[in-house]
Amino acid sequence: MTTQAKPEETAAPGGSSSFLSVRDLSVRFRTEDGVVRAVDNLSFEVERGTTLGIVGESGSGKSVTNLAILGLHNPANSEITGSIKLAGQELVGAPNKELEKLRGHTMSMIFQDPLTALSPFHTIGAQIGETYRKHTGASKKEARDRSIEMLTKVGIPQPTTRVDDFPHQFSGGMRQRAMIAMSLVCDPALVIADEPTTALDVTVQAQILDLLKELQQEMGTAIILITHDLGVVAKTAKDIMVMYAGRAVERGTVREVLKAPQHPYTWGLLSSMPNLTGPVGVPLRPVRGTPPSLINLPTGCPFNPRCDHLEQVIGGKCTTERPPLAPEAGHATACHLSSGQKQEIFIDQIQPRLG
Amino acid sequence: MSNELTLDKTDGHTPTIGEPLLQLSGLQKHFPVMDGFLFKRQVGAVHAVDGVDLTVHANESVGLVGESGCGKSTLGRLVTRLYEPTAGTITYAGQDISHAGRKQLAPIRSEIQMIFQDPYSSLNPRQTVGAIIGAPMEINGINPPGGIQKKVQELLETVGLNPEHYNRFPHEFSGGQRQRIGVARALSLSPKLIVADEPVSALDVSIQAQVVNLLQQLQKDLGIAFLFIAHDLAIVRHFSQRVAVMYLGKIVEIADRQSLYESPRHPYTHALLSAVPEADPDDDRERIRLVGDVPSPINPPSGCRFRTRCWKAQEKCATEEPPLVQLSGNLDGHLTACHFPEDGGLAAAPAAV
Repeated sequence: MTTQAKPEETAAPGGSSSFLSVRDLSVRFRTEDGVVRAVDNLSFEVERGTTLGIVGESGSGKSVTNLAILGLHNPANSEITGSIKLAGQELVGAPNKELEKLRGHTMSMIFQDPLTALSPFHTIGAQIGETYRKHTGASKKEARDRSIEMLTKVGIPQPTTRVDDFPHQFSGGMRQRAMIAMSLVCDPALVIADEPTTALDVTVQAQILDLLKELQQEMGTAIILITHDLGVVAKTAKDIMVMYAGRAVERGTVREVLKAPQHPYTWGLLSSMPNLTGPVGVPLRPVRGTPPSLINLPTGCPFNPRCDHLEQVIGGKCTTERPPLAPEAGHATACHLSSGQKQEIFIDQIQPRLG
Repeated sequence: MSNELTLDKTDGHTPTIGEPLLQLSGLQKHFPVMDGFLFKRQVGAVHAVDGVDLTVHANESVGLVGESGCGKSTLGRLVTRLYEPTAGTITYAGQDISHAGRKQLAPIRSEIQMIFQDPYSSLNPRQTVGAIIGAPMEINGINPPGGIQKKVQELLETVGLNPEHYNRFPHEFSGGQRQRIGVARALSLSPKLIVADEPVSALDVSIQAQVVNLLQQLQKDLGIAFLFIAHDLAIVRHFSQRVAVMYLGKIVEIADRQSLYESPRHPYTHALLSAVPEADPDDDRERIRLVGDVPSPINPPSGCRFRTRCWKAQEKCATEEPPLVQLSGNLDGHLTACHFPEDGGLAAAPAAV
């Protein structure tokens, strides 16, 4: 880990030109009950200026993955293996000093709940300015001007007076805007947004998603958007990765995954969501059962206890053999069903349900 | 306690479909805002619910949607009489319960039950599931045939849990299972009306659908009326026959679901609907971008309360409050409170201010 050169200048090895490249990432936590395999052999890539949506239930490893990218796991009780390369710089095992230089500067995070993520004792301006001063060595005056500039950018009215307000004087939507201003203050190349709109109303959610999109177009930021709402992903992301029990079960562009999903779990997610135009008399089709314990995963495919298509796989491989995410590039799924079968099941059984 | 003081329990006859079960008229709830040192004075009031008329018929599900802070939860708590209304009346099965006392309410309380939003904080962690579900029966002195334990086990089975889990504690269950326990508790007194305050918003998508299906099945099988409070418009549409949209303490539009979702007349309803993201990459509905936030309910805008964010607002909106009436071209029961209503098509989305 002697990467002293500026990240942008180091060419990514292995021919991959992706801005963020995660390879075979595993995160394990040691607990009293056993080892929790929160993320297991996960690989994905994010290009500059694009958005990757990560979808999954609670406990599927979405947040753990992103905290690993930021290096925020406590090394005392977690074990991280694999590789995370940000513009060629290896982050797994990098010394904390290196990561500190990157956090807030090259990569930053927007948290789910702005009320708990902002300090109630400091003014909004001080909190936005703090990151800027740390990374650029700017004076208090410069940091304040920068805070005002950022608040203007995210659409806070009267930024010159609001900069001295405390978080409790802001409404929920404005706090989330302030959080976005804080994460973008150093023009980061990668922003991780962990459920940025879950705590907000639909009208405010639409405002925040538009804002993120505009800022992305302006600054060319790469965004990882973690959410459980497929609607939010459809509006903002270019690619989707569906996670289940710490693994990617389906990956592809928004159009591929939402229009022609190929994994039984994605089918379940889509058909369990009511929409604004579908039929109302029929019951929803939820995924039966509950997510598995990450300490004691089912053998074979982790989704097999909740899957409706077990019998269709020849040789009963679902309970013995874990399906890999295939093919390597493009629209990929981790499922033993043959692609013909997936196509057929989707067209015959799933599509009519989605309306 | 003399019999005159207690209200009659309405059992004996189950109201048929269409008979009004709950009627709210001009309902208001203002929370005082106090200020001052030593001598507290009231300096204002939060107009949480400000004049709501709503009828829930027996065996019907009415949805209530709106942004946070619009007063939908307060309304739910008024109906269950956890709050006392400032003005207006709540009529349940023909009896005025707006200011009924604790003893008078006792027989009615068992018929109006509530399901809470957060399954983690609404169950006592020190009590077993059996004790939690059995408590309402114990308190009301009801001894079902076969004993309380048998009834609790039946209820557990009804909501799709294993009856053998009678002696388990809430922490042993997942979020969706806990919400089922909350549903079983609400069912334990065979209620006629259930107020469900955001019953699925704390759950994962796949679990949400399980609970919505359960509630829908119960509504069909047991003929329970629901007041379904939620902010997720798609779920409300799926669950409720009629939907009311609230804004800042008032109902701005109410209609049966088809009419409301297909031809909304109030600009706010239109904006809400257009803001819902659909999981369809080809969805190219034009979105209305509402600017700003909901104004403070301490000092609501004069006239129409939505006018500060409305793109159609004119002078008349600031001076005159629009009444909740049936506009020409609307179906029966589709009421809208707007001076300059939309023409009803979802396609005609104007540019927002």
